[in-house]
Amino acid sequence: MGGTTPRPALRPNTGVAHARVLGLGAYRPSRVVPNSEVVTGIDSTDEWIRQRSGIEERRWATDDETLRMMSVEAARRALADSGVDARQIDCVVVATVSHFMQTPALATLVAHDLGTDQAAAFDVSAACAGFCHGVAMASDMVRGGSARHVLVIGAERLSEQTDPSDRGTAFIFADGAGAAVVGPSDEPGIGPVVWGSDGEQYDLIRSREDWRDVLTSDSPRMPHLVMQGNAVFRWASFQMAKTGLQALDRAGIGVDDLDCFVPHQANNRITDAMARAMKLPGTVAIARDIVHQGNTSAASIPLALDRMREEGQARSGDTALLIAFGAGLAYAAQVVVLP
Amino acid sequence: MATTEEIRTDLAEIVNEVAGVDTDDVQLDKSFVDDLDVDSLSMVEVVVAAEEKFGVSIPDDEVKNLKTVGDAVAYIERAQA
Repeated sequence: MGGTTPRPALRPNTGVAHARVLGLGAYRPSRVVPNSEVVTGIDSTDEWIRQRSGIEERRWATDDETLRMMSVEAARRALADSGVDARQIDCVVVATVSHFMQTPALATLVAHDLGTDQAAAFDVSAACAGFCHGVAMASDMVRGGSARHVLVIGAERLSEQTDPSDRGTAFIFADGAGAAVVGPSDEPGIGPVVWGSDGEQYDLIRSREDWRDVLTSDSPRMPHLVMQGNAVFRWASFQMAKTGLQALDRAGIGVDDLDCFVPHQANNRITDAMARAMKLPGTVAIARDIVHQGNTSAASIPLALDRMREEGQARSGDTALLIAFGAGLAYAAQVVVLP
Repeated sequence: MATTEEIRTDLAEIVNEVAGVDTDDVQLDKSFVDDLDVDSLSMVEVVVAAEEKFGVSIPDDEVKNLKTVGDAVAYIERAQA
């Protein structure tokens, strides 16, 4: 104010030309829960669940496998896979709907446990779409210069948010964590994100009530996840197929150039309908991690990638279309080159 | 304007593509669930494909009323009128 010398123009941030995924890691909780166990609470059968969702068994966390523990373990494996040291991580993003502390963010604990040098850390609430939101932000941080290496983690413990007597959801949800290290690259390794939300459909997938309603209730109970299955199926299968094609288009590749299709592992029937609607050629490997893992929301895509790499369906340098969608209805899709 | 038989034939092809049901089995008196083994998720796929094919809108609230192939054909005929 009042000075005669004009202030200097602010120095802009400078990043790098390109970003890519440098490494991936996953943590699968130890408890294997077969369909025969979840049908005890609902009027259903093993055959119905398989036919309806493709799920044969799911992973549920034990008491020791906390959200923090699973996040840190998946992140350590991603760091090892990338060859990046924890002290080189500038930002940690945890996508989750399972962290029951309103504040602080789980990411701050994870950044500390990993031994980062006080990396920036925050959580993302974008439900099942959270991991792809994190990858999009990480890519832009690296390219924009806010961070050189970013750790993106998707972690959930949905088993404790599942109503065991709800026939529509009891067999679907599961627990686990997956992580990716994003950093600088000589060539483009993460395509433009296609993302959005539709708050008009806020009620389609949500917690049954908010915590204030729980606390004032005569019989307080966990606000379980509720879902209108057929409406979600319709939206996910057909709207998201279009979003997937847009992400390919934005990245400048066609379905014939694609090696792997890795949709959020919501339901095999959604995956089938999307693949049909997108007219994916038979040469594209399709993620089916849900069969043994269940639906782990924000963790499902890195968990699925982990299995595809382990089983040889996905190789280094492959192009993969990631597409995540869920409550909100929030969604995000991008093409990535696999590490 | 498409005839009832033309709509049934096109719908039969959709049901065949989605659920693998023989097109000859997709007759007006057949129930999707009980006769053709088309479950509610497959029914959603059939409905979305039918919306595109026939240029009509079939809201979720209507889908549960479409018990037989004849119900669906009649709905499409009305919607196209």
